Formats: sequence, C-alpha cells, structure tokens
Amino acid sequence: MSKAVSVLNGAQYTGIAKVEDAGLQGMITLRGDLGSKALKAAVKAATGAEVPAQGSVNVAKNGAVAWMSTDELLLLVPYEDAVAKTAEVAEALKGEHALAVNVSDARAFFRLSGEGAREVLGKVSPVDFDAAAFVPGQFRRSRLAQVAGAFWLNEDGSFYIVCFRSVGEYVFKLLSTAAHPQSKVGVY
Amino acid sequence: MLILECPYCGVKAEETELAAGGEAHLKRFGPGSSDDEFHDYLFMRENPKGVHFERWRHANGCGKWFHAARCTMTLEVFGTYTAQTSVPTQEIQDKIAAKRPGWTWREFADGKK
Repeated sequence: MSKAVSVLNGAQYTGIAKVEDAGLQGMITLRGDLGSKALKAAVKAATGAEVPAQGSVNVAKNGAVAWMSTDELLLLVPYEDAVAKTAEVAEALKGEHALAVNVSDARAFFRLSGEGAREVLGKVSPVDFDAAAFVPGQFRRSRLAQVAGAFWLNEDGSFYIVCFRSVGEYVFKLLSTAAHPQSKVGVY
Repeated sequence: MLILECPYCGVKAEETELAAGGEAHLKRFGPGSSDDEFHDYLFMRENPKGVHFERWRHANGCGKWFHAARCTMTLEVFGTYTAQTSVPTQEIQDKIAAKRPGWTWREFADGKK
C-alpha cells in the first residue's frame, strides 16, 4: 500500500499563534443511539473514553470521543488502528441500529496553540471564545470562514481542529493568515 | 443578526451557521389531491408582519432540522422547538400569547389548540 500522509504533511506556521498540521489521525464516525448500553461499551473499548455529554469531548490516553450531534459521535483513535477499530465497533454493534465508518482519510487535523489561539479562531468562526464561554473539554461544530469545521479546547489552551481533507489547505492558509504576527486584535 | 438556540445541540447559533428552510408546518398534498390543493401546497406561503413559524437547519453544526417561532417585524425570537411535531408546541404557543395577545398564524391562534 502507498504511504499515507496527512493533508499538508506536517506544515507549520507561527504568528500570534502556532498553526500546525497535526498529522495522521484515525477518525471513526459512529451513528446510533447514544444511550444504548452496547454503544457505550463499544465506544469505551475502542477509545478508552466514555460517551461524552452534549457539546463536549472526552479524551483518554490513546483516543478520544467527541459529541457531534444527538445521534453521532466522532471517535479518535491511532491512525494505524482505525481500520481494525472500525471493524471492532461494527462487530460490537451488530443488531443495533448503528453505523461505524472509518473517515480517517477524509479529514484533516490541525493544532492551534499559543497565546493568540482563541483570537485566531475567533476571527474565523462565529463562536464566543471568551475564557468563561469556551472552556477546556468543550467541543463545537461550526464553520471556519467558508467551510465546516469542528474544534475543541485542551487543558493547555491549545485547540484541535477537524475539517474535511478536501478543504485542509484552505483551512491551514486561513488560520495562518488569521495568525499573522501583526494582526493582533486583543479581544481574548 | 438572528440568533437561534438549536434544540438538539443547545448551541446558540447565529444566522451564518444556519440554513433557512422556509415556512413551518406545511401539509403536503401529493398524488391524489386536487390541482388547487397541490397549487396551494407548492406556492401559497404566509407572509406575516409579526408572529411567524419557520424551519431552520443547523447546517454548520449538528446538521439537524428544527422549528423556530419568531416575529418578522422585531426579529424577537419566541423560541425554538423540535422538528418532530406538526403543530407548534403548547409551551411555545403560550409564550407567544403572553407577548402577543390575540396573535394568529394560519390555523393557529391565541387560545386555539
């Protein structure tokens, strides 16, 4: 098989915040009844994290689970394990009204860190990034300028950003422009 | 700027995150209906100055459809509610009645179930 590379192959930009391609990330879209016992168990087995509450993300040692909507989760697993884990989840949910799909290669994954991280994201997304309004562990699907994107805030003040791979380059350039060293607004 | 709270993900979404879906609670007239009914179903829409019910989709978000009740004149939002209903919920109707006594919209009106 050909060698897998992430959308911008590790590109980085540093301005008022650091934008970096976070590399290959295994991602599984899981749809189903989030209250079901079998689904909860399958999610825990695949990622090590519990099913998160509305609008949040649960991060474990080797994976994470993000709340996408009332019937959808995004499971984050190591890239190499994505195919096997997808099969495991599908097997565990046999008979349930649920669907697990490996979307690793359809997504781009970025990390945004540094002092200006909130401000950079605040410039391109219609979300309140005030420290009181957007707290670590919060997960939000929204838009990044013209395209759909999702992000969450880590304890260390950095954001992880997920978007479609087809718009990965656009998002990287967008964030880099918003992080221009002389573009500080000073709102957050 | 219109800000609606998505009843599914609890997010206070502003207009650019949403997609408008037109008038709410339309009754579909398909095969077997008369030409007049089909014509009205396709083309006739409310255009109120005041209380209005609409469908919206949280497009840049959870992707779910929901209903919103708002005032077209003041842009006041009375509330949002689930899409799994063919009439505005009683709670929403009461809320509107409190703010706009005597309101009417299509077959729905203040004090009418």
